[in-house]
Amino acid sequence: MALPAALRPTRALKTLALGSVALWCLIAGFPIFWITVMSLKHPVDAFSSNPFIVVFGKVTRDTGLGISTFGLVVGAAGIYLAYRIGMRGLPSWSAALAGGTGRAGAWVLVALSYAAAVLILGVVILPGLVGAIDPLIGPLGRPIIGLTADHYVSVWVQGEFYRNFINSMTVTTGVVLISLSCGTLAGFGLARTRTRIAFWILIAALVFRALPHSVLVTGYLPVFINSAEILRPLFGEAAPTLYGRPLPVIMVLVAINQPFTVWMLRSFFANIPAELDEAARVDGCTYFQAFRHVIIPVMWPGVITTGLFSFLVGYNDYLVTSLLLDAQNQTMVPAITGFFNRETTSTDQVRAVAAAVSITAPLFLLVMVFQRQIVSGLTAGAVKG
Amino acid sequence: MLAFIAGPLIYVFVQSFFVTASIFETVETETCTPGFVEEICTTELRSRPLLDERGDVIEQTRFVGLQSYSNVLELEKAADSLRNWDLGSFLAIDFWKALRFTLTFTFITLPIMLAIGLGIALAVNMISERFRGQIIFVSLLPLIITPVIGALSIRWLFIGDGILTAALEWGLERDIAMFAQAWTIEILILFYRVWHIVPFAFVVLYAGLQTLNQDAIESAIIDGASRWQRVRYVVIPYLMPLIVFLTVIHLMDSYRVFEEIVGLGAERHVISLQWITYDFLRPDDAGNRSISRASASSMLTMLGIVIILIFPLRRTWRDYHRREQ
Repeated sequence: MALPAALRPTRALKTLALGSVALWCLIAGFPIFWITVMSLKHPVDAFSSNPFIVVFGKVTRDTGLGISTFGLVVGAAGIYLAYRIGMRGLPSWSAALAGGTGRAGAWVLVALSYAAAVLILGVVILPGLVGAIDPLIGPLGRPIIGLTADHYVSVWVQGEFYRNFINSMTVTTGVVLISLSCGTLAGFGLARTRTRIAFWILIAALVFRALPHSVLVTGYLPVFINSAEILRPLFGEAAPTLYGRPLPVIMVLVAINQPFTVWMLRSFFANIPAELDEAARVDGCTYFQAFRHVIIPVMWPGVITTGLFSFLVGYNDYLVTSLLLDAQNQTMVPAITGFFNRETTSTDQVRAVAAAVSITAPLFLLVMVFQRQIVSGLTAGAVKG
Repeated sequence: MLAFIAGPLIYVFVQSFFVTASIFETVETETCTPGFVEEICTTELRSRPLLDERGDVIEQTRFVGLQSYSNVLELEKAADSLRNWDLGSFLAIDFWKALRFTLTFTFITLPIMLAIGLGIALAVNMISERFRGQIIFVSLLPLIITPVIGALSIRWLFIGDGILTAALEWGLERDIAMFAQAWTIEILILFYRVWHIVPFAFVVLYAGLQTLNQDAIESAIIDGASRWQRVRYVVIPYLMPLIVFLTVIHLMDSYRVFEEIVGLGAERHVISLQWITYDFLRPDDAGNRSISRASASSMLTMLGIVIILIFPLRRTWRDYHRREQ
């Protein structure tokens, strides 16, 4: 886009803009980058006040753990290759797998398996290879940056963090599936009706969206704790106590998430021209057939975007899960407070850092894969008002 | 939606007027210990929980009216300290302390978020298109990261002699402990929230800038508007609906500030309204949860959000009517 000369910014202004954007990117990315670095070091290095010691991991290197110049080169090349192959290959592979229909599912499947393949290659096979070659090549093979994966091993294997991971996944999957299936129906209905009730439902949804989550939890918590007694007339002695189970947590999170989902899907459906399903109705479809055959095929972008935000609600939640789940069934985010509340040793602290990075990594991948959808989701509500 | 959201709300509302507690009876007991000449006996009054035939503690729920509310608000104490013009002791009461923090937090972060977001959006709009994807990618990270984890990562940068505290100490040449007093923690919380929310403002405003009509800018140039005047009189009015949208969303979100307090471990110095309810709901050392007080504080929190939302809702209402006519 060539701008007319009068619109083009002066050089000084451009430098200023470039500088401030660079500063912002630094501020935005730095904390996440830094905790990643910290999680790979010996505790003494990780909490050092000298940033160079943290980056180069002096103590970690002295204990013989680290990456050599050769390893660095190999690693950088691997990351670059993985990025290039991913950017080039993923769209065409998913297209080949899907063969036209249901592209969203194929895209997710291909992206996930690619991520798994890269992970196995990068974490297991490459370090093994580099470790075997390092002693053979002299000075290039000597470690220059101290790195250790010990904390990850102790968090995931000894700390049994995978249990929390599974719990997180159960809750999140439940939230996404239920939110979306209720939300698409409600959103479609609200987008197509012109009645006064629809307006009031949307206003109510807006108010509910503003509701502090603790208010809802206050409503649910006593019922869940006493649910065995409340449900006894219905189920007899088999009446379950809902407190501490994943299903009630999903229920509460869906209730929290639903107003937002309905708003967002409504604005997506409002963008699909009504003539489309009207035409199907004219051709003799029933209302549900029109929805099934005409709307469902074109609604996926909106559904994926909304699903991403529902995922974030379930995945990032602390308040609901920490109150409604007991210590054995904890999801990842509340479980991490267990690490740093102990505050006994700095090793515990670094383990907490490693756990935090483990929680962030899937989100990082999510932004990488779905950046466009996230941006469109953020702006969808705004543009439609 | 009505059943799962409105239902619990009504339940909370009802619950806030009741208190469930175990019933105690007072019994007179005589305990005797063997003494030298004769037994030494003492009688004392003891209260013990009533048990039913199965040996469980009998619990009774009774109507207490507004007592839970006054327990949360501590009105007498508050009135006392206000009468003596003692703002310090007034703000030492949990609820008012939380209210004070929540409101200052909400209204300080709002203009900062809008200003920085708009600034970055304009700056990104100005530089070449090549790096926009990467810039947006990096910008999205603070927004998408789990709030507790984000707050934790800030905490780890500052805790003890963390590198940023060390840098500050070096720059200011004095000893700094970020987590020792309330105001530094408050600054950290504000910093975290701005870091977390600016990407949202940036992305929304940037998307708005893309749809800006170039003709309007060009005619402003022909009329002799300087660069600043163009931003002030053309761009900002054009983005006004988006700014209003961001304001409403931000009011809702920052009013329920909570995760920062957990992540930064600030509860001893700084608390927020939602944190109070959370604290009531958590089992205390004896394993009891003060549900009725939590209900009362929930209702008060909700009252606050209704007051905050009245103006945006009235606007929507008027818009709706205008469209109807």
